[in-house]
Amino acid sequence: MLRAKLQRFLAGAAAKPLLFCLLLMPLAWLVFGVVFDRLGANPAEALVRATGDWTLRMLCLVLLVTPLRVVGVLPALARLRRMVGLFVFFYVLLHFMAYSWLDMGLDPDDIVKDIVKRPFILVGFAALLLLTALAATSFNAAIRALGAKRWRQLHRAVYAVAALGILHFYWMRAAKHNFAEVALYAAILAVLLGWRAWSRFSRPASRVQTAT
Amino acid sequence: MDKKNGLKGTVTPLSSEITDPHWVENRRLWLQRAASGVVGLGAASWASRHALAQSAGTEKPGKLASLPGAPSKVTGATVPEKTTAYKDASGYNNFYEFGTDKADPAANAHTLKTTPWTVAVEGLVKKPGKFALEDLLKLSPMEERIYRLRCVEGWSMVIPWVGYSLAALISRVQPLGSAKYVEFVSLADPKTMPFVGSRVLEWPYVEALRLDEALHPLTLLAFGMYGEVLPNQNGAPVRLVVPWKYGFKSAKSIVKIRFTEKQPATAWNKAAANEYGFYSNVNPEVDHPRWSQATERRIGEDSLFTKKRKTLMFNGYEAQVGQLYAGMDLNTNY
Repeated sequence: MLRAKLQRFLAGAAAKPLLFCLLLMPLAWLVFGVVFDRLGANPAEALVRATGDWTLRMLCLVLLVTPLRVVGVLPALARLRRMVGLFVFFYVLLHFMAYSWLDMGLDPDDIVKDIVKRPFILVGFAALLLLTALAATSFNAAIRALGAKRWRQLHRAVYAVAALGILHFYWMRAAKHNFAEVALYAAILAVLLGWRAWSRFSRPASRVQTAT
Repeated sequence: MDKKNGLKGTVTPLSSEITDPHWVENRRLWLQRAASGVVGLGAASWASRHALAQSAGTEKPGKLASLPGAPSKVTGATVPEKTTAYKDASGYNNFYEFGTDKADPAANAHTLKTTPWTVAVEGLVKKPGKFALEDLLKLSPMEERIYRLRCVEGWSMVIPWVGYSLAALISRVQPLGSAKYVEFVSLADPKTMPFVGSRVLEWPYVEALRLDEALHPLTLLAFGMYGEVLPNQNGAPVRLVVPWKYGFKSAKSIVKIRFTEKQPATAWNKAAANEYGFYSNVNPEVDHPRWSQATERRIGEDSLFTKKRKTLMFNGYEAQVGQLYAGMDLNTNY
């Protein structure tokens, strides 16, 4: 009953704008935090970390869409996948901007040196580049130009983004042996990617429908 | 000692403080502390010490028992910089025994029991022994020192500490000629410190200095900050402050000081030797593997979008401490 209702709602006209507003809430909260000084003693650090956290959360969310569609729980979600994917890009861009501006003082020299020098930053930057490629080819004309098959191959890079994101986060926390959150995100992403591997190899016939 | 007079002395010095609700709120805590001797200082000396604290210009937050100190005469002990807001200095802390988030210590450290408190002095000294906190408080006159604090994570504060040179205690216990290092052990009580037992570090937290570093007049044994006793989250009731080293070198809530011949294994060095060296002197030229140490953000002062300020060699104390490291390669002895 509830699922049917949710399905109908997701297929309706209100779903997209509502989800759009919902996914903007973290940004709204951070802006509120900056304006009203609610981000603690070190707001710069809070912004860099929060935008990174939200990138990972959006990534988990977008990778959840296909399993929910294929398993048949909420197939109507598929229509919203592109927008969620673009929000991953949006938050990673904010994360990079926060780092470049608040940590690096927008000094291009310093930023380039830092990226090259530190594997942990380099890994994050690689994920940003991949996500940029995916965002740049997210619109219909790009799909047509690439062809469905090549487009799908390209967009499997999101799995690499997930791995790089976790590695980036792990590295950041490594010296403090503080892995609880890293493990949580890694577990969620592992389940979502594991499900894809499992569905691909156990049901090769349905590969075309389940590939992404 | 007349505790009643001591109390009156603190309640009445300034007309502006007479109706201050903080004092009313905190009177009970105050009584406990005074009764247990944490601030059992002589009533006669009290008024003069208080006057000195006023002249030092540190505004007391009115949260805890007063612990004034005379402005220090040690060279470099008073940096002419704006002090960090008490709210930030006592609300943004690394004290992993109480959690890894920087808001955790302020939220969790109320469980720490600071009375009674003793500090055991052991190892290569002529006069080992156990010092009750009240005896440590009386061992040398309290001084106020305004130090920069640079965290290894890239942020900094300016804090008015109250205490005296660790050297005063060291000369009292008389190190043997064989003593080369001094080890500081923090309390590790799983009952009152919820994160003791977490895998982040080995417990208890251990820090150490070379003996000549420990004897340097800037190395402070601190009992208070902002004219009051230390808040629990800042390492009450007694901690170390070594202003030219990254903050984690300054052990909190110390229960043991041990003199050794061999370099002690220190907590962060054991956890990640490539990231946290034994010396950990503030050095803008030697980066942390994961970030640059060339700049820092001054908490509460630098606005969100101002460029980070340059970190100073030895945190600005090079003139005072540089000679301790003459001839050493600071790239390998980081």
